[in-house]
Amino acid sequence: MDIQVRVWRQSGPSDKGRMVTYDVKDISPDASFLEMLDVLNEKLILDGDDPVAFDHDCREGICGMCGMMINGVAHGPERATTTCQLHMRHFKDGDVIDVEPWRAAAFPVIKDLVVNRGAFDRIIQAGGYITAPTGTAPDAHATPVPKPDADAAFEAATCIGCGACVAACPNGSSMLFTAAKVAHLGLLPQGQPERDTRVIDMLEAQDEAGFGGCTNMGECTTVCPKGIPLTLIGRLNNDYRKALRNT
Amino acid sequence: MAVTGLLLVVFLYAHMVGNLKVFVGAESFDHYAHWLRTIGMPLVPQDWYLWIQRFVLTAAVIGHIVAATILARRARKARPVRYVHRTRVQGSYAARTMRWGGVIILLFVIYHILDLTTGTLNPVGDRQHPYANVVADFAPDRWYVTVFYTLAILSVGFHLRHGLFSAVRTLGQRTPRGERLARAAALALSAVLVAGYLSVPFAVLTGLVD
Repeated sequence: MDIQVRVWRQSGPSDKGRMVTYDVKDISPDASFLEMLDVLNEKLILDGDDPVAFDHDCREGICGMCGMMINGVAHGPERATTTCQLHMRHFKDGDVIDVEPWRAAAFPVIKDLVVNRGAFDRIIQAGGYITAPTGTAPDAHATPVPKPDADAAFEAATCIGCGACVAACPNGSSMLFTAAKVAHLGLLPQGQPERDTRVIDMLEAQDEAGFGGCTNMGECTTVCPKGIPLTLIGRLNNDYRKALRNT
Repeated sequence: MAVTGLLLVVFLYAHMVGNLKVFVGAESFDHYAHWLRTIGMPLVPQDWYLWIQRFVLTAAVIGHIVAATILARRARKARPVRYVHRTRVQGSYAARTMRWGGVIILLFVIYHILDLTTGTLNPVGDRQHPYANVVADFAPDRWYVTVFYTLAILSVGFHLRHGLFSAVRTLGQRTPRGERLARAAALALSAVLVAGYLSVPFAVLTGLVD
């Protein structure tokens, strides 16, 4: 299939950037979106042009590195799918596809489609840990965890930190990410000692990074490749209310 | 947002019940309006309760606007560069129009106070007989008042449809079942409120109340 891509090109953080149109020919419908960009980049390199920079790593949908706005939707038109797992068969021959980086003050563009998601690391550093004695690994059954709690914690833990929630949020808020991390640890017995400080510190780090506030629109959960539920934000609010009372 | 908003919703419901007295008759409606001034007597002097309520509601409105302004400004700052191509995938009409809807409601509230509280913009403006003011307000030849009123009430309806759900979520609602319930309740409460408020002008317009 032959398509056209309009890609955001920005040579560096200080460059203003612009959309540039490229023709991409003979793409297999079974190619992933990133493979299509690989084909484009090979052509650009052969032509002596600068290839389009984009983040990627595992290409299995589990690392959280890839991610771009495809036709105005984070990770493209398929639900619960990362960009690397999106296949070209979901597009039509002759389509013009717009590709942009995540847009957020907290995610400055490094180059083209690559953004700096260090703000997420700072949120994790603020509270995404538990106090545990180091040494040999404890027995798996040393701390019993009820099955529903384990399932719910695991569901929250599937967040890969790709940043699609921020990119899709009309407020540029990272609340779904923070909520997933707060719930992931807060649901487990190992996460209880820091439960109150965690939610307060992580929200503080989130505000400092320059993310917007949540207004419960729900765009985040719709584009989330892992389907992190919006209810976790309510859980975060609940934890926050209790933490304010306790501390 | 949530606490001030819920306080205002409680007032809206009380206000709606009062409005519906227009269907009982002029005497009942006017009597109700005068009774509002005597609530709490003789514990507090006449009009005191009313002024306390006005003070609390004004504080809630201001708090609500301040919080909304902070959120809107933060949202603008959080995305300094806009997307060239943006597709909405979720976000109901109600959720997307919260901010401008809120502005419409504020303008309406100012007009509404000048119209039916102070009587400044009312064709009759008789503060002793509010029933006559209401009937004069929605007379067929003042159709533009009814249009504005309808628009404002619909804005309130949309505002609450998202606002009520959002408020309980902010206060910590966190189960999928609770979310379905909260969304359904928000829709039902908004619909009842819109129907209750719109019944008055349309009853005047069709001659049911005169």
